[in-house]
Order: sequence, then C-alpha cells, then structure tokens
Amino acid sequence: MNEIKDNAAEELSENMKILDDVTTTEYKWGFVTDIDSETVKKGLNEEVIRFISKKKNEPDWMTEWRLKAFRYWQKMEEPKWPNVKYPQIDFQDISYFSAPKQKPKLESLDEVDPELLKTFEKLGIPLDEQKILSGVAVDAVFDSVSVATTFKETLKEKGIIFCPISEAIKDHPELIKKYLGSVVPYTDNFYATLNSAVFTDGSFVFIPKGVRCPMELSTYFRINSQETGQFERTLIVAEEGAYVSYLEGCTAPIRDNNQLHAAVVELVALDDAEIKYSTVQNWYPGDKEGKGGIYNFVTKRGACRGKNSKISWTQVETGSAITWKYPGCILQGDNSVGEFYSVAVTNNMQQADTGTKMIHIGKNTRSTVVSKGISAGKSNNSYRGLIRIGKNAEDARNFTQCDSMLMGDKCGANTFPYIEVENPTAKVEHEATTSKVGEDQIFYLNQRGISTEDAVNMIVNGFCKEVFNELPMEFAVEAQKLLAISLEGSVG
Amino acid sequence: MLAIKNLHANVEGKEILKGINLLINAGEVHAIMGPNGSGKSTLANVLAGNSSYEVTEGEVYFDGKNILEMNPETRAREGIFLAFQYPIEIAGISNATFLKTALNEIKRYKGEPELTPKEFLDRMKAKAQILGLDETLISRYVNVGFSGGEKKRNEIFQMLMLEPKFVLLDETDSGLDIDALKIVSSGVNIYRNKDNAVLVVTHYQRLLNYIQPDFVHVLFNGKIIKTGGKELALELEDKGYDWVKDEALETQNV
Ligand SMILES: Nc1ncnc2c1ncn2[C@@H]1O[C@H](COP(=O)(O)OP(=O)(O)OP(=O)(O)O)[C@@H](O)[C@H]1O
Ligand SMILES: [Mg+2]
Repeated sequence: MNEIKDNAAEELSENMKILDDVTTTEYKWGFVTDIDSETVKKGLNEEVIRFISKKKNEPDWMTEWRLKAFRYWQKMEEPKWPNVKYPQIDFQDISYFSAPKQKPKLESLDEVDPELLKTFEKLGIPLDEQKILSGVAVDAVFDSVSVATTFKETLKEKGIIFCPISEAIKDHPELIKKYLGSVVPYTDNFYATLNSAVFTDGSFVFIPKGVRCPMELSTYFRINSQETGQFERTLIVAEEGAYVSYLEGCTAPIRDNNQLHAAVVELVALDDAEIKYSTVQNWYPGDKEGKGGIYNFVTKRGACRGKNSKISWTQVETGSAITWKYPGCILQGDNSVGEFYSVAVTNNMQQADTGTKMIHIGKNTRSTVVSKGISAGKSNNSYRGLIRIGKNAEDARNFTQCDSMLMGDKCGANTFPYIEVENPTAKVEHEATTSKVGEDQIFYLNQRGISTEDAVNMIVNGFCKEVFNELPMEFAVEAQKLLAISLEGSVG
Repeated sequence: MLAIKNLHANVEGKEILKGINLLINAGEVHAIMGPNGSGKSTLANVLAGNSSYEVTEGEVYFDGKNILEMNPETRAREGIFLAFQYPIEIAGISNATFLKTALNEIKRYKGEPELTPKEFLDRMKAKAQILGLDETLISRYVNVGFSGGEKKRNEIFQMLMLEPKFVLLDETDSGLDIDALKIVSSGVNIYRNKDNAVLVVTHYQRLLNYIQPDFVHVLFNGKIIKTGGKELALELEDKGYDWVKDEALETQNV
C-alpha cells in the first residue's frame, strides 16, 4: 500500500511539473549555432562519396561499400506509396557533409568548441561532469561528426563499446564488417541505400556476451548547418545474454527550407539478448503554413537472431514536417519477442506515415504493437503496419492495438494494417479505435477547476500512457512536455 | 449564496429551462425533485457552465458575482462543485493525479499555498476512509472500470477533497446500495456547515432521510412549480407528481 502511495506521489509531482512547464508554443530549440564548419559543395556523385570517406580516414573496404550503395541507388526510384505529400526533393541540391572545423580527435570536453558546448547546454544534454554523474553516457552527434563521448572508460571495463561509428570502422573493423548492413542491406530501400552511400556518422554499440549495460546509452542528434542532409548510421549489437537500453533524442534549428534526414538504425540481438531502443523525436515540424521543417525518412530495423531474444522499439514522434518511419523486428530466433510502442503526434500541416513491421520467422515468436496517433490542426497521421507470419513460425502470436485521437475536424487519421499469415497455427489480433477528445471529458475536468488547455494535455497523456510507461523515466517526462508543447492551442 | 433569477436555457435550440427562480443561503440544503426530463440535470449543468447549454435569459449570482460570465473552471475554482449524474471516465490518468491537479488549481486561484505531496496523500487517505473507499481506487484511472456505485462515491470523495462552497448533487443516490447510500450521505453531512450549501437532485425521498433538506422544490417542464419543507418529499413519494401539476395548472404556474 505504501508503495502505491509513493508511486502516486511521484507521479503527481511529475505531472505537476509537466503541466507547469508548458509555457511556449514556439519551437523551443530553434536556434542556430554559429560555428565555423567545413561543408562540401552541394551535389552527389562518386567524387563526393570518396571525399566523405577520405575525410573520415576510412579504409578502402568502407569506401567500396559506399560506392556500391551509391551505384545501386542511382538505379532506384523514390517510393511513392506513403500517404504523405511533399515537393520533389532535388538530391543534387543537398550538401552531404558538414563538420565543425577543429581538431580531429578530442581527448576531453575542454577541447570542444565552447559554442558547441553552449548548444548542447541549450539542448539540455548532460555533458558536464555533474550531469554525467546522473548516469547517462552520451554520444552527441552535431551535424555529421561525433564531438564528444562520455563515460567510455566505465563502459570499457565491461567490454562495452560505445563510440561514433566512424571510430568503430577504424578500431573494430571485424565487427563492422560482420554486422553493418546485415539487418538493413545497402539495397534495402531508396533512403537506406542513400544513407549507405553517404552516411557521415552515428553511434556504434557493442555489448559483449552476458553483459548488462549498467546505464542508459544516449545519443542526441541535432541538425545545425543549413541544407545539409543528416544521414546517421547506428548499429547496436547485443551478444548472447546481453542487455542494453538506448535512447535517441533529436532536435533541429528552425529553417525556412526543408531539410532531409535519412537515418538507418540496425539492431542485432543474439540468443537471450535484449535491446530496448527509445526515441523522442522533436525535429522542427515547419511553421503553421507548412513552411520549413525536417523530412524524416528513416529505416530502423532490429534482428532478433538468437533464440529468446527481444527487441523493443519505443518512439514518441512530435516533430518533423514529414515522418516516414517503420521500425521493425525480424523475429528469427525461436521464442523471440518484438515490441513496438509508438506515439505519433501531428499538428498544423505535419504529415506522418509511421508504423512497424513484425516479421515472424522462428517458432513461438511473439510481437506486440501499441500505436497511438494524435492528429490536430490540418495534419495527417497514418499508421501502417505489417505483420508477416512465415510458414515455419509455429504458434506465432501478434497483438496489435492501434488507437487514433482526433482534435478538431480538419485533421485526418488512417490505419493501414497489412497481415500476411502463412502458418495456420498463428494468432494475429488487431484492434483499432478512433476517438475525439471528448467535450464531456473536458467539461468534467473543467468542473474540477482544470483549464481546457491542461484538460486536453491530461486526456492526451492518459491516451498515451501505455507507451510512456515503456520509456525510461526522464524520457517519459520529456515526452509529456513535448506533447503538451506540440498540441498547445489545438482545442478550445 | 446563490441567487437564480428568471433563468432560461436552451439545449440544441430547444428551451428546457423556462424561468427558474431560486435563492439558496449559506448553511441550507435544498432538494429538487421532478419527473424525468423536467430539466434537473440541465439546471445543474447550466450552473456549472457546461457550454452545450445556452443561457438565453436570466441571471445567476454566486456570492454576489455574476457566474454566467465565468468559464466552467473559474466557477469550479470559485467553489461550485457538481457531482455528476453520469461521471466521466478518463483513461490513463490516476484519480490521485487528477485530484492533485484540480486541488492545486483551486488553491492557486485562491492564493493559497499548494499542498505538499505528503499533505495531499494524507488528506486523500483521510477522506477515502470517510467514504469507505478502497485505497486502490485512488491510484486507478479516473472512473475507468469503476462500478456505478464506486463512481458515485468517487464524486463525493472528490467533493471532500476539493472542499467547495456550493455542491450540486445530481442523483448521487441512484445506483447506490443501502449501505453505500448511508455512507455517501454521511460524507455529505460531514461536509455540511453553516458556510456552505447543497442542492440535491433526487427521485427518492429515502436520500432525504439522511440528508435532511430545508426546502424541497418540484421542477416540472423547466419551472419550479412548488416549494415546501421536507414533508413535501414524503407527500410526493406517496402521491406522485400529478397533483402538483394540477395544482400548478390551477394557479397558472405552468
Ligand atoms: N445534450 C442534450 N442534447 C439534447 N437534448 C438534451 C440534452 N441535454 C438534455 N436534453 C433534453 O433536455 C430535457 C431535460 O433533460 P434533463 O437531463 O435536464 O432532465 P432531468 O430532469 O435531469 O431528467 P432525469 O430525471 O431523467 O435525470 C430532456 O428532454 C432531454 O432530452
Ligand atoms: Mg438528470
């Protein structure tokens, strides 16, 4: 009983903080850092790719891999099936590399450009020593180059590798060769192929056999330079019995022009391993008229290779002008588990086409999908989910719950479930609901002294509760704040 | 405390309240009875400021302030509390979070300091005990999966937590078993004092045995057609509403 009360108390103060915090409707992170950066000329050709590879001192095999991807990409066409609309992207009008000009290798934070540190501070990234003590190891990606990695030493003792992927390519080539592109091959899809050709940086995580990573690992992405595409590449490998929880947070400054972001994230879980991957994405969504904002075309996929392995994706998507994203799991190992918990919020002119793919291959594999879509303004929010049960996936189970909430009558929500079952022992359940933020609910809260704005936040947070519960504590708080900011003024 | 003058209100263009006059002083308990559809809940909702109801004429003063110009949350913060006939469910928000938010809003409005989490929890515990409310209900989501009786009890629990000045009980007794009825009534009686007032909407005289009214009003077709003491409720229970209607027709009150 005491525990319940304590939890309640904690929840209370958390919620109060959140509600108090809601003060601004503007995009809070819309500042530009003025630092000297080295940017390559716009356009994409083999020369540019060789340039990027050389800048990063990559071995030949890496350069070749990029070129293979590029050649393949040239023959590909941009996908047209997502339920989003945007002007044709001119891929030759983008600069593919931008790096802060400074010493190539940094030993400590003191060496980091103070302007950069200020940016991180504004972003609330826990880079300084006290914050480090709070237990978050951060790999910060600023535009395209990782500038600081903390906590490396502690991790090293356990044999954990957590470093920029560019570093891993040099220091751990055998791991990179083995796993890079093993989940998302360079031929996978238009944006993933482009990423394979031009990716600039990202994180690499390796948790060796039997090791539980003692802290949450976290990467913050921030897009700074104008008209540079951001193409991170993240690879996380958990060996037998290993466990890791990884957090990804994103922000971008306000720009008039749309910026392209095409990341690839690959996760590999071997026998009995577990990877939890959480994202809070609040990239600039563009203004009320739909001007500016990030185009977020991301390929995220996890392979549950080993038996009893587990991969969970949790995402809270409030930003970007366009989001196109389907984190998925390939459930190869017998008894492996895939989970997808998602909150996607769209407001004003935002468009989101997001969902998941659960591919059941092994026996007795299980997947759970909980998707909460919230649309406000004139936005459009689509859930697209594929559940495929292969012919050898005896007794596979999937449960999908897909809830949409509409605020106002100018927005839209769509659900596109695709279910392919080749094994008769499989059980696939799909539940979908659509609701409006109810006037009667708002009135009920009003009648207890709660303003309409706060009432809406409460109702929306309640709606997303199942997903927030999956996020690590600090992230959950952040997510609730973001939701409040994103939806401010959309009802009443 | 509350003065209602010639109140008219529409729902979806149809006039439901057709000139209500009512004066409620601090320390008083008033009961409103009347057939289904006569406008009792409408009156309660209009007083609480539900925007689905449109006031077309009349005035309502609460402690000297014209509340018709206030939004519902301001009325609530001023001290008007409606125990809903059909309490609303809010998934994902615990009763505790909900009440803490509400209480702090009200305190802030009055310029009083917020309760510390400890004070708040102690208070919740004390009030829950009065109503024999299972403590697990406190951490459960607002009204979600509550039984009909639990929802009603929860309304009274909220009332005790928020300490309003004027309480509207809209058929709080319906759906309660006999024991719950006693407990809920005792909750209301504990709350009552010389500085606050209660307006009870009910169909059953039984409740009024526990919550003794100073006045009983009969609402019919959007108007109060008869007012009496608590014995009127007994008479109504006995004879139904027809004789009151007839009487009113004779005096051209309808
Ligand atoms: N939101 C609404 N939309 C349409 N009609 C409404 C609405 N609310 C109330 N009414 C109508 O107004 C009239 C009065 O309803 P009200 O709920 O006030 O009656 P009541 O006296 O509380 O009845 P009961 O004893 O059944 O609770 C009814 O005819 C009802 O159908
Ligand atoms: Mg009623």
